[in-house]
Amino acid sequence: MKRIYLDYAATTPVDERVIDAMVPYFKEHFGNPSSIHGFGQAGEKALDESRRDIAAHLGAAPSEIVFTSCGSESDNLAVRGTALARQVKLGYNHILISPIEHPAVQSTVDQLSVLHGFEVSYLPLDKFGQVDPEEFKNLLRKDTALVSIMAANNEIGTINDLREIAIICRERGVPIHTDAVQYAAHHKIDVTQMGVDLISLGAHKFYGPKGVGALYVRSGTDLLPTQTGGSQEFGLRAATENIPLIVGMAEAFRLIQDEGVDRLERLVPLRNRIIDFVLDKIPSSRLTGAEPGNRLPNHTSFVFENLDGNLLIQVLDSEGFACSSGSACKTGDPKPSSVLTRLGYSSEWALGSLRVTLGKDTSSEEVDQFLNILPECVHRVREIS
Amino acid sequence: MIKPPDGSRIVVGMSGGVDSSAAAALLKDQGYDVIGVMLRLWSDSETENRCCAPDAQLEARRIAAQLEIPFYVIDSQEAFYQAVVQPFIDGYAGGSTPNPCLNCNRQIRWKFLRSRAKALGAEYIATGHYAQIEISENGSCLLLKNPDPDKDQSYFLHVLTQEDLSQTVFPLAEYTKPDVRQLARDFGLAVADRPDSQDLCFVGQENYRDFLRKIDPSILKPGPIIDLNGKILGEHQGLADYTIGQRKGLGIAAPEPYYVIKKDLAGNALIIGFKNELGRSNFHVKDINWISGKGPNDSINADIKIRYKSKEVSGKILPLDNNLAKIDLEYSVPDITPGQAAVFYQGQICLGGGTIMREAL
Repeated sequence: MKRIYLDYAATTPVDERVIDAMVPYFKEHFGNPSSIHGFGQAGEKALDESRRDIAAHLGAAPSEIVFTSCGSESDNLAVRGTALARQVKLGYNHILISPIEHPAVQSTVDQLSVLHGFEVSYLPLDKFGQVDPEEFKNLLRKDTALVSIMAANNEIGTINDLREIAIICRERGVPIHTDAVQYAAHHKIDVTQMGVDLISLGAHKFYGPKGVGALYVRSGTDLLPTQTGGSQEFGLRAATENIPLIVGMAEAFRLIQDEGVDRLERLVPLRNRIIDFVLDKIPSSRLTGAEPGNRLPNHTSFVFENLDGNLLIQVLDSEGFACSSGSACKTGDPKPSSVLTRLGYSSEWALGSLRVTLGKDTSSEEVDQFLNILPECVHRVREIS
Repeated sequence: MIKPPDGSRIVVGMSGGVDSSAAAALLKDQGYDVIGVMLRLWSDSETENRCCAPDAQLEARRIAAQLEIPFYVIDSQEAFYQAVVQPFIDGYAGGSTPNPCLNCNRQIRWKFLRSRAKALGAEYIATGHYAQIEISENGSCLLLKNPDPDKDQSYFLHVLTQEDLSQTVFPLAEYTKPDVRQLARDFGLAVADRPDSQDLCFVGQENYRDFLRKIDPSILKPGPIIDLNGKILGEHQGLADYTIGQRKGLGIAAPEPYYVIKKDLAGNALIIGFKNELGRSNFHVKDINWISGKGPNDSINADIKIRYKSKEVSGKILPLDNNLAKIDLEYSVPDITPGQAAVFYQGQICLGGGTIMREAL
C-alpha cells in the first residue's frame, strides 16, 4: 500500500539540500565553536553564518537571533524569560495571552501563575480564532509583563495579523511574543513590519531537522535565560551549539525565502480544492478556523458532527492516508480539543475533528486520491460512532 | 481452523501480554495484513482499566512496532459501560453474581471490535484465546476446547454467534502455554508473562464490593442471616457481599462450618446451612446461546461446567424453548450460582451455554 502523508503541520521530511548542508558538520567540521583551535573556529564560522543568514531574512541583527532546540524551547525562553525579567525589574505581575496558544506557551504561563504569582488574562476571540485589537487595548494593563499571541494556530490554521496589536504594545512599552512556528514555515517575516519583540521558530516545520529552533529577541527586550551555564547564545541559552542542526535550519530557512512564493502558489489551490470539496460533498461538515484568505496556505481543518475523530484517523491510516486532528489521542480517551471548545463547538462536533495539511511535494493526484476516499470513510465511521 | 484468504487484513485484539502478542506474530508470519487494536475500556474514575492501563498500552505498542504492524487504541468506554458495567451493577442489585467477562466478549470484544475492524477494512478479527474453531461438514462453525484443560477458554467464548465465529481466527488454537512462550521467544518478542488476574478489570485496586458501595450504596443493605428454618443467626452487610457456597467470612460461630446456601431477595436475608444442606443437582438456564444457532428439540446429554474453573459434570439438558432449558446434573454440586454461566460440552465441542437462574421455574 502506498502511503500518502497529509500531516505537514505535525512535521515535515528534511529537504535533501538541507541534509547535504548538514553532513560536513557531523563529520570533518565537528569542532566546538568555543574552542580556540582551528576545529573550533570552523564551527564558529558556521554558527555565525547561519545566524547572519536567518537574521538577514528576518530583517534583524544577528545578535537578535538565539538558537534553541525547538519551537517549544523558544516559547519557554520568551515567555518565562521575559515575564520573570520584568517581574524582577519592575514588579509587573500580569500576562495577557490568547486562549488558544500552543501548550508550550499555555503551560509555561500556567506555571508562572502558580509558582510566581502572575495573573493571567485571556483575549476574547471571534469564531475564527482571531483577536480584536480594540478588545486587546482594554485588557492591556500598566503592569502587563508580557503579551503572547500566536501568529498562526497549528490546529485551525487561523492567522492573526499582529501589526496593529504590536503597535499598541510598542506605545505602552509592553513586550509582545509570538509563536510563529507554523506561520514562518510559509510566510516571509520582516520583524520591523510585524513589530513584535519575540518570535519563536522551529526548523522541522519547514523541511529542516527536528531538534533545532530559534528565538528572535528584539534588541533591548528584557530577558532572563531559562537554561543557565556557559555564555553561548549571548548568555541566553547555555549549551554547546548544535552546529549541524543550526546549519540545517539556516539552509531550510533560506529555501523558504527562495521558494516560498512558488510553494504558496501551488499549495493554495490544492488547499482550496479540499475545503470546497469537503463542505460540498460531506454532510454536517464545517471548516474550523479562518476562511481561506486568513489561514495557513497548506492547512485545512474540519469538524464532522457525531463522528469519532480518532477512529476516522485510524480508518484513513488503514487506507494509506496520514492525517491528524485536534483531539488526536493515542490512548483511546479522546477529549474535545480545547481550541474548538473555546471557539464554541459542542462536543458532538469537536470530537469529530480532522486536520489535513499539505506539503511542498504534495501532488494534485494525491489530493484527488484523498478526496476520492474521504466521504466514504466519513460515512463508514459515522455509521458506527 | 478458520483460514482467511492469503494476505487478508486481520485485526488482532492486543493486550500487551504474551498470548495476543504471539497470536499477532503468528498471523504476521503467515503473511496476513495485521492491524493491532486495543480497546479503551471504561474504568472507575480514579483507576485505570487493567485491560488497557498505560503499561499494557505501552507493551502492546512496543510489540506492534517490533512486528511492524499498525497499532490503534480505540475508544469503547461508553459502549463498555452500557454493555458490561451497568448489567454488572444491575445483576448484583437483582441478587445474582454476574460474570461481566461474558458480556464483554459478546458485546465488546466481538460485536464492537468487529464493527471497528470492518471500518478498518478487516473482515476478520483474531485474539489470543486458547480455543479452536473448526468448520463442520455442513459448513457451520464449531467451537472446540483447547487441549490443555487448564488453559482452555471456551467457557468464556460460548456466547459467540456463528457470524462471530466465521470471522474469527484463534491462532493459538491448539497451542499450550509453554508452546506460546516458546513461540514468543522464537519470534524474539520480549513479552512479560503477566499473571492472569481473576479480578474485574474495571474496578481497579478496590474489590467489587467497595465498587458497588460507591456506585449505589442501596445495593448493599444490611439484613438478617438465617438458617433454613428461618432462625436468625446474625446480620449481613449486603447480599452482594456473598456468593453461593461461600464458607469464609460469615462470622457465625458454630460447631461445624456454615455455608451460604442461597439468598432470599424479598426478605433481604442470607440463608446459610451446613455442608450437607448445600448443593443442587437441577436448575434452570436462560438466555442460552447455542453455538450452532439452534438448540436441540429433545433433551440431550452433555457435560456441564457451572464456573470457569469448576469440573464438568455430566447431566441432561431439557430444552424448554430455544434459549431456556432445565438442567439435571448427575449429582448435586455445592456452588451453583445464579448469574454465572452454565456451559455445555460434548467431548471437545462446546455446544453453548446460558445464565443460571435464581429460581426454579
